[in-house]
Amino acid sequence: MPASQTLPPDTHADPDLGEVEAILALHSGREGPLLPILHALQEAFGHVPSASHAPICAALNITRAELHGVISFYHDFRTAPAGRHVVKICRSEACQAVGAEALSERVLDMLGLGWGETTPDGRVTVEPVYCLGLCACGPAAMVDGALRGRVRAEALVAEVAP
Amino acid sequence: MKIYVPRDAAAKALGAEDVVRALEAEAGARGVSVEIVRTGTRGMIWLEPLVEVEQGGVRHGYGPFASTDAAALFDGTLEGLGPVEEIPFFARQHRLTFARVGRIDPLSLADYEAHGGFVGLRRALGMDPAAIVAEVRESGLRGRGGAGFPTGIKWETVRTAPGPRKYIVCNADEGDSGTFADRMLMEGDPFTLIEGMAIAGLGTGAEQGYVYLRSEYPDAIEVMERAVEIARDAGVLGDVLGSGRRFDMEIRVGAGAYVCGEETSLLNSLEGKRGVVRAKPPLPALEGFLGRPTVVNNVISLATVPVIFEKGAAHYAAFGQGRSRGTMPFQIAGNVKHGGLFETAFGMPLGELVEDVCGGTASGRPVKAVQVGGPLGAYFGTAKFDTTLGYEEFDGAGGLIGHAGVVVFDDTADMLGLARFAMEFCAIESCGKCTPCRIGAVRGVETLDRIRAGDGAATELLVDLCDTMKDGSLCALGGFTPYPVMSALRQFPEEFACAREAAE
Ligand SMILES: Cc1cc2nc3c(=O)[nH]c(=O)nc-3n(C[C@H](O)[C@H](O)[C@H](O)COP(=O)(O)O)c2cc1C
Ligand code: SF4
Ligand code: FES
Repeated sequence: MPASQTLPPDTHADPDLGEVEAILALHSGREGPLLPILHALQEAFGHVPSASHAPICAALNITRAELHGVISFYHDFRTAPAGRHVVKICRSEACQAVGAEALSERVLDMLGLGWGETTPDGRVTVEPVYCLGLCACGPAAMVDGALRGRVRAEALVAEVAP
Repeated sequence: MKIYVPRDAAAKALGAEDVVRALEAEAGARGVSVEIVRTGTRGMIWLEPLVEVEQGGVRHGYGPFASTDAAALFDGTLEGLGPVEEIPFFARQHRLTFARVGRIDPLSLADYEAHGGFVGLRRALGMDPAAIVAEVRESGLRGRGGAGFPTGIKWETVRTAPGPRKYIVCNADEGDSGTFADRMLMEGDPFTLIEGMAIAGLGTGAEQGYVYLRSEYPDAIEVMERAVEIARDAGVLGDVLGSGRRFDMEIRVGAGAYVCGEETSLLNSLEGKRGVVRAKPPLPALEGFLGRPTVVNNVISLATVPVIFEKGAAHYAAFGQGRSRGTMPFQIAGNVKHGGLFETAFGMPLGELVEDVCGGTASGRPVKAVQVGGPLGAYFGTAKFDTTLGYEEFDGAGGLIGHAGVVVFDDTADMLGLARFAMEFCAIESCGKCTPCRIGAVRGVETLDRIRAGDGAATELLVDLCDTMKDGSLCALGGFTPYPVMSALRQFPEEFACAREAAE
């Protein structure tokens, strides 16, 4: 989610297990606690750190295989941090009708990236998204959690310039 | 001076926050005192950011409003749109579900009650559960999430199901391209959804609700979470309006999987599992969330309940045609001149909505086709524009209304490319449970690439594949992806040119 995506990648190596435990304590008692836990971890660390897997499994009494199955099922959850900026561009039909494909190509081209890739300096990751609910003012995009309508490639790239 | 500026995600995506800053700065510089009220959007997205100024009790519109327009607005020299509610796109609507959206401050309970809020809930509190469910049934309300199942019948199943703990789950996953009604409602009038869910709880005996809200909607999540807190503090949730009957609810955030809009996949996801579709039976109404009786309803279905109780089932049922009763918030998007949300009674011809109400394409080129009902909905070429907007009518024309999204394409649209995208999307989002969907969609992409490359024989294969997906898929993701593919192929055969050569 928004704030997490701009975190520097240095939390990758060494997540604060105390914070993991605090998150688990906060959510474990809820009905169906796993997605809220994964969202909270990603919010805190920018991804779901592998060091959190064992404590999650212990708290919820699930296997590592189950946990892995859940994390890998959902597009949102990251197993490694993204770039400092995350740009999501809508690929769905309503945005296609107003040039989303050309927009995506141009943005990816300008940044020298393919879908899902991060620039070598760790500055920006570009990902596809399937509808942001801005279908009457497309092409639509999200930059670090903020929504943009009627997007132009140059403006989008300028927003994440070094 | 009272100024209204939407806080809706679409308005923000088009610069509403900059507009607010500019208005505040300009007012400050002039020493004018202004009250800026943040509202939902009126749904006229092509006019956003749409600023409204109250003049003699009537709200006049200015839009699309640029930050640089602030000075002219205060000078009184800015050309406006006149009274907002007299703009033809707005004036032609019958707003029942969306009556308050764009008018009120979404997080003001006082504003909500001043505009009819909680009248329905108070009435429901005086009724027994069977009477509540009967009222919904009499209104003719059918599910607005896609399948169009009668809401009253679903509630009755849950009401009569045995079990000490039942749930109301609101499906706010709204993944269909071209749809944003749920988002607009939640951001513009969240208490309506809360009120509708509370009435559903009273009618079925459920005391806990969940809203499963997609993560792509950060603004809606924020507004809904705040609204639930406000409602709880005010005694609307918990001990419902001091009645001694209980209902409370929570917002849960999805994680970017389209298939989690399917109700059983959604329930798995809510339980913290992979969002794999469950076989039915058992119906979620009998064995839903955590195996307990559960109502799963779309945002718009639930948010329509308060007005049904406020004005009466008969009032609601008086709108519409045939077995499609009431109103539907159509969302017209894509390459369209006047895009947005248009709530109207069922029965308008599709072409009238697209060409007349919405003014055709934004590019000014002729309309080639519209896709109705999201990524699983059929393409309608202009030859089918006389189809009237209703569940049975669309079914009869080989399509579906779904969540009422209408995506407009001009004559430059690449129908083969769109058919390919439908297959690609299905492949990306498949939950993986059944082979025709999981593997079929991948084969579909390959087959369309072969057709594009000039392989005539591949068209027959595509038709075959679509039949297999239709017949052999567990849910509508695999089962309905053939709709957009086949409708494109049948109506625009020349774009699948090899197809025709093969057939000849
Ligand atoms: C692949 C797929 C995606 C769906 N997505 C949604 C959705 O985003 N929102 C929704 O309300 N219903 C969606 N549905 C329909 C739900 O399964 C279900 O019919 C609906 O939530 C029931 O509520 P209703 O009766 O109020 O429409 C989807 C169905 C399928 C097969
Ligand atoms: S049709 Fe596709 S999405 Fe639906 S159950 Fe089968 S594999 Fe899952
Ligand atoms: S289709 Fe792009 S925002 Fe909905």
